Amino acid sequence: MSLSQTTVPAARTAGTGNHRTIKASRAHPGLRYALPALVMFVSFAVIPLVAVAVLSFTNWDGISDIGFTGLDNWTQALTQPQTWQSLGLTLQVMVLSWVVQTPISLLLGVFTAGKQKYRAVYGVLFFVPLLISAAAIAIAYKALLDPNFGLGQSTGLPFLSQDWLGNPDIVIYVLVFIIAWQFVPFHALLYQGGVRQIPDSLYEAAIIDGAGRMAQFFSITLPQLRNTMITSSTLMLVGSLTYFDIVFVLTQGGPGTSTRLLPLDMYLTGFSSYNMGLASVLAVLLVVLGLTLSLGLTKLSGFSKMSSDLEGA
Amino acid sequence: MKLTRKSRTAFSVALISAAALLLSACGSNGPGTGSGQASAWALTGQQETIEASFDSWNKENADEKVGVEFFENDAFKSKIRTAIGSGNSPTMVWTWGGGVLKSYVDAKRLVPLDASLTKNIFPAIAANGEVDGKLYAVPNNTVQPVLLYFNKDVLKSAGIDSPPATWDELLSDVTTLRAAGVAPFSIGGSSKWPQLMWLEYLTDRIGGPEVFDAIQNGEPDAWSNPAVIEALTKIQELVDAGGFIDGYQSVATDNSADTALVYTGKAAMILQGAWAYADIKTAAPDFVTSGSLGWAPFPTIKGGKGNPTAVVGNASNYWSISADSSKAQQKAAAAYLADGNLNDSYIDGLLKGGGVPPVSGLEDKIAKSDNADFLSEIYEMSENASSFTLSWDQAIDPGQADAMLTNLDKVFLGQSTPQQFADAMNATIK
Repeated sequence: MSLSQTTVPAARTAGTGNHRTIKASRAHPGLRYALPALVMFVSFAVIPLVAVAVLSFTNWDGISDIGFTGLDNWTQALTQPQTWQSLGLTLQVMVLSWVVQTPISLLLGVFTAGKQKYRAVYGVLFFVPLLISAAAIAIAYKALLDPNFGLGQSTGLPFLSQDWLGNPDIVIYVLVFIIAWQFVPFHALLYQGGVRQIPDSLYEAAIIDGAGRMAQFFSITLPQLRNTMITSSTLMLVGSLTYFDIVFVLTQGGPGTSTRLLPLDMYLTGFSSYNMGLASVLAVLLVVLGLTLSLGLTKLSGFSKMSSDLEGA
Repeated sequence: MKLTRKSRTAFSVALISAAALLLSACGSNGPGTGSGQASAWALTGQQETIEASFDSWNKENADEKVGVEFFENDAFKSKIRTAIGSGNSPTMVWTWGGGVLKSYVDAKRLVPLDASLTKNIFPAIAANGEVDGKLYAVPNNTVQPVLLYFNKDVLKSAGIDSPPATWDELLSDVTTLRAAGVAPFSIGGSSKWPQLMWLEYLTDRIGGPEVFDAIQNGEPDAWSNPAVIEALTKIQELVDAGGFIDGYQSVATDNSADTALVYTGKAAMILQGAWAYADIKTAAPDFVTSGSLGWAPFPTIKGGKGNPTAVVGNASNYWSISADSSKAQQKAAAAYLADGNLNDSYIDGLLKGGGVPPVSGLEDKIAKSDNADFLSEIYEMSENASSFTLSWDQAIDPGQADAMLTNLDKVFLGQSTPQQFADAMNATIK
């Protein structure tokens, strides 16, 4: 007994001693830990970013010599209507995507987090789109939406034989739908994880207080998912600045310029018209937009404080 | 893990050099320049023929070997430009002639070739490999004029005996076919470039090849030539008259939905390149062998200045030789162009593949080949063409091509007037 009493404090002091050294090395992990990531980040993000910023003041067609042209590209980009139309379309898709995707993925996430029968089966089905590449999704939808050989013909429902991708007035909504189809599973997965983290005790207490399903959802689930919602919204909004693959395969920006989103406009300017200078301006605009958006969102939501909403955690 | 200062430095150095290796590896997947055997990048379209040609060349000329790699069309277009821009180009550069070729020559990336290389080539096609009167590119593939395909059964059941020979006939056929409940023309509107073929032919028939020459040379206000305006006006008239199938803006060419509309009888006619024949034959062999597929040149236009034999389309593909490669590589490539390219067995391979090369004196060979009817027509059309205008998106400055397709799309949609198209395009001339 006495032996153990003496050894325990000894072990404790030894423990704290160890603890202290670990803590100290954690506080200053040294550059070498960050190095691999840093090398990658600098060479694949910072250097290209600086290069693009420099290119935006030049004229370059990809093969000739590079010549500096001052602010020409910037004035051209900011005065031509195409830039503003593309920006407007991008913002439209961004807002529409958020409005469509958030409620659907929230409900799907809450549903799949539950303990119902066959939930896992549903879950697998819901998440299938997540596993398909964007190009494959676009090609599949292109075939499905073909007015002459697509869904409308094979199902015999004439309503489905619209000029989905050719009518400038509806094509943008078709696009939002397809993007939602692709990304809802991902966000539903986020929400599912978020819901699973909510302690059962909260629901038990609510049931004792006589709260129904709806009241539980609005008073417990939704507030507890606040941080998940911020994460998901940030990913959605900033991610919508990069929608390119689906649009490129599906419509190439057409009909006319009805779906020429900013990233696509940048690509076509740079790699179709070989105007690298102007494309670089658009790229810089996209970076600035993305940074402002994500910084603004974290600031507004107080997400940077990273406070946990979990009871007892 | 405790690291002394020294080993820590060594560790960092190792990491950095590993990263540097990784990075340099990214840049070196081109064929190294200046040393080793000559190289060529080709497209997968005629892979069998071209691969066989290089194989037999390499067997017979062990000291002047050319290594060939094959790429898919879109992937190739962006890869080759990056390779040329960074000086990592293959010895033999595959192009389409026209504006892209000119931009390579202007950047001094290609060497001029011996003019005798094209002595057997149709002059109109060989001309597309020349820049400022000097030969830089030699044809290596089939010639692909654009022509009018039609479904004979559909035309007959609507009471039309022959395809339209004039624009007026074409418009009255549109009314007849619409009344019979069938779409007059199929077109892959969502792919954009099929719309360009209409503008190319109409401009040529109305104003002759000079109109486009001026555009290609970047002359000021070339796009507002009255012939271009009239061609665009005619396009809008045709769209308004219901000339194109409903929902044509959703029809894609890359999955052959446009030609499918013709052989399934949903549309009567389509304006497409010679390459569409092989697609139709693969997808609907019975339709072709039963003789239901017809083809004809683009109609003439009353009062038009253009020659009715003038043709637009893809002239051919071309080989050029990179100025960034070594003298020995250039010599091997030039030797291949003189003796390996488009030799007898090469031509047989192309004919077997369903196309005709732009080489004179092949009538007998073609008559003996499969698809002799179609190939003879294509061959004569190309050989007798008063002019062969290269597809505009390949012929003009690459910086203008995307703007042209987008603005033309707006004309088809009725979002732009012909004048607005001309103004927008004039603004792209440098």
